[in-house]
Amino acid sequence: MSRSFLLATICASALVAASAASAKTLVFCSEGSPENFYPGVNTTGTSFDGNEPIYNRIVEFERGGTKVVPGLAEKWSISEDGTVYTFNLRRGVKWHNTRAFKPTRDFNADDIMFMIERQWKDSHPYFRVTSANHSYFSDMGFPKLLKSVEKVDDYTVRITINRPEAPFLANLAMPFAAVQSKEYADAMLKAGTPEKIDQDPIGTGPFSLVQYQKDAVIRYKAWPQYWGGKAKIDDLVYSITPDNSVRWAKLQRGECHVMPYPNPADLEAIAKDPNVTILEQPGLNIGYLAFQTQKKPFDDVRVRKAMSMAINKKAIIDAVYLTTGVAAKNPIPPSMWSYNDKVKDDPYDPQAAKKLLAEAGFPNGMETDLWAMPVQRPYNPNARRIAELMQADLAKIGVKAEIKSYEWGEYRKRVQEGQHQMAMLGWTGDNGDPDNFLYTLLGCASAQSNSGSNIAKFCYKPYEDIVLKAKTISDQAERTKLYEQAQVIFKEQAPWFTIAHAVQLKPVRKSVVDFKLSPFGRHNFYGVDIKE
Amino acid sequence: MVRFIFTRLSLVVPTFIGITLIVFVLVRLIPGDPIETMAGERGIDPARLAQLRHEYGFDQPVFVQYLYYLGRLFQGDLGRSIVTHEAVITEFKALFPATVELAVCSIIFALCLGLPAGIIAAVRRNSIFDHGVMGASLTGYSMPIFWWGLLLILLFSVQLGFTPVSGRISVMFYVESVTGFLLVDTLLVGDYDAFRSALAHLILPTIVLGTRPLAVIARMTRSSMLEVLGEDYIRTARAKGLPAYRVIAVHALRNALIPVVTVIGLQVGVLFTGAILTETIFSWPGVGKWLIEGINRRDYPVLQGGTLIIGAIIMIINLLVDVTYGLINPRIRYQR
Repeated sequence: MSRSFLLATICASALVAASAASAKTLVFCSEGSPENFYPGVNTTGTSFDGNEPIYNRIVEFERGGTKVVPGLAEKWSISEDGTVYTFNLRRGVKWHNTRAFKPTRDFNADDIMFMIERQWKDSHPYFRVTSANHSYFSDMGFPKLLKSVEKVDDYTVRITINRPEAPFLANLAMPFAAVQSKEYADAMLKAGTPEKIDQDPIGTGPFSLVQYQKDAVIRYKAWPQYWGGKAKIDDLVYSITPDNSVRWAKLQRGECHVMPYPNPADLEAIAKDPNVTILEQPGLNIGYLAFQTQKKPFDDVRVRKAMSMAINKKAIIDAVYLTTGVAAKNPIPPSMWSYNDKVKDDPYDPQAAKKLLAEAGFPNGMETDLWAMPVQRPYNPNARRIAELMQADLAKIGVKAEIKSYEWGEYRKRVQEGQHQMAMLGWTGDNGDPDNFLYTLLGCASAQSNSGSNIAKFCYKPYEDIVLKAKTISDQAERTKLYEQAQVIFKEQAPWFTIAHAVQLKPVRKSVVDFKLSPFGRHNFYGVDIKE
Repeated sequence: MVRFIFTRLSLVVPTFIGITLIVFVLVRLIPGDPIETMAGERGIDPARLAQLRHEYGFDQPVFVQYLYYLGRLFQGDLGRSIVTHEAVITEFKALFPATVELAVCSIIFALCLGLPAGIIAAVRRNSIFDHGVMGASLTGYSMPIFWWGLLLILLFSVQLGFTPVSGRISVMFYVESVTGFLLVDTLLVGDYDAFRSALAHLILPTIVLGTRPLAVIARMTRSSMLEVLGEDYIRTARAKGLPAYRVIAVHALRNALIPVVTVIGLQVGVLFTGAILTETIFSWPGVGKWLIEGINRRDYPVLQGGTLIIGAIIMIINLLVDVTYGLINPRIRYQR
């Protein structure tokens, strides 16, 4: 390589840096490509991140939090019985005007109707466009929950549900409820290219899509007519970089401003870099070891408690999570409302555990299986290693645990069927509502299903009554009391050994101003600025 | 020559059908189901799982699925990705130029260094240069691509700041795709800064992907040249007083190239395999990375379609190699 070529390369980089400064471009080194630009069928966080700048929802999560705030609806009211939601929509909201489509009207109630009906009614012309698998809409129970959706007038929509469901509003703030333009959809249907609305999207969000090259780059431009005011940055670029060490190298070189999911091995070096800050927040997640409560001997609470007291949680966190996890004592993370900090965790006490096991009829110990996921998950960096540590701890009280693992798909299928005795798994929250953990993961309906998320198969009436009641109440203070009680019962019954809540770490260049971590792990660049 | 080409072509059709069958069966042998894989921790309702399986045709016996697949294939339909819902051929077309650009640069890099290195090593047998080339090529061949890539990034990009870390072009350049080959597209629009950026981004991935073929070509050229240099006709040429360069370049090299050309053909397959890792390290938006994602997500249509097209391309390249082989050595084409 000649000197002149090197010089040219360096000059080009300098030019790039200069243009970056003048145009206020923020580069996010994202970890992958979105599935497409229709959040209604998306299943990955990467896809939701790709769609986040483009779309709005009826209601939104506040930036950096889980509180539900107005989005495309300025305000709303809920009927006394909690089944009728009336939304008053924002006026003067402009759709993006792009090369793909020039809208002729502002956002209105027709667009909300389109968003819901597209995912709900299989006779809708768009139901099967891109995919008929409206994953989150189904998973959050919308098909059975919704009774009717009516357009009262151009700026008022009424949604009626079949039963009171307190998390309903939070569910509407989830990415799958992104609002698309009905006018654009109708035009594309007429043109015979309906899928275009999911490939060349227009939205009402703070940035419009300029270019997408799969596995390479997504470019967005700040939408000057955004209803919340123009974004502080002019251009937003997602530079798709799947390898975490390469993302770190790019951040170090200033080729990007924000990177997700750092390699734990790089954290020490990242912390030492004077140009980079590591933002951190306990994630909305939980990693746990579930006891199959419908199988012997784990149907006996004393056995479950003995296991919980025999495992050294601190050693696991120190050895496996390092600085990326905090010990968990409740099934919900500390950042979630209704977290009961008064609950006392089971102490690490092998002697007491041994005694308890003897009381349960196992004075000479017992044999069990111990399932470990074959993959790294956001809430569990190394299940196999954790299983080995647990195995050693359990051996001390005479419990011989055999570690088992399967291919990831097969693993989930088998634990959901309840084939295990003890199995590790975890959860990342969807909507910031405690119901999404306490009922979804520990409710009877899920325990009775062969495909539910309640892999402990825990179905305990006093607990169930409380979490079901909490679902029907809209008053948060009242719900908090109920969920606090539920956490006390959970600890007494010990269907899980709660391991840890993984901490979300986000290395960010110091020139980035006001970037807020999302408890959901999403990336939102509206409101973020870059220092000159 | 025409008959020779037709004989070769007649072998292509059964090989092609064989690939479709093997790929179809192999992707289904990978444990895990594409729909359950998508469901994640939340699981999926059995009724919905059954409905989706039915919609994708996964509830049919594998043999019936294969026949449907062949039927669609003969109509030119490779299917749609289960994950992105985009046509497989559309995704392939968008990503393939990046892989070709990288593969072509890598093979040029490997040829430009490997051939001369092999020739000089053979001519100066047992010299320090010879030992150096052989040692370096053995190291290059044994080097894990992942490690080699990260090492070069750390040295040239992070420490020295000579080259960009990853990607195909700086994100600050917005070049509309015309041919899909960035080096060509940037020149077509006359954006020389973008061209330089694209070129700078090619340096490290080219070295990483080209290292293994370079090592093979250097070693093969050396051993082939050594064999030819010991032949009687070379001694005769020298005895006739021909200049050394003529003996080597005309008399020896042409004959020594025959096995080397075969090896170059085989290296195309190696390049595609290597591209999978290289593309992942350098965030290179090509088909290698796309296939890896396809495996992770059990995206059957992507795996079937992608592997099939790559298999077909490798077959065509091998056919071209066979033809070239015949052109270099007339004895081969007349024998067949």
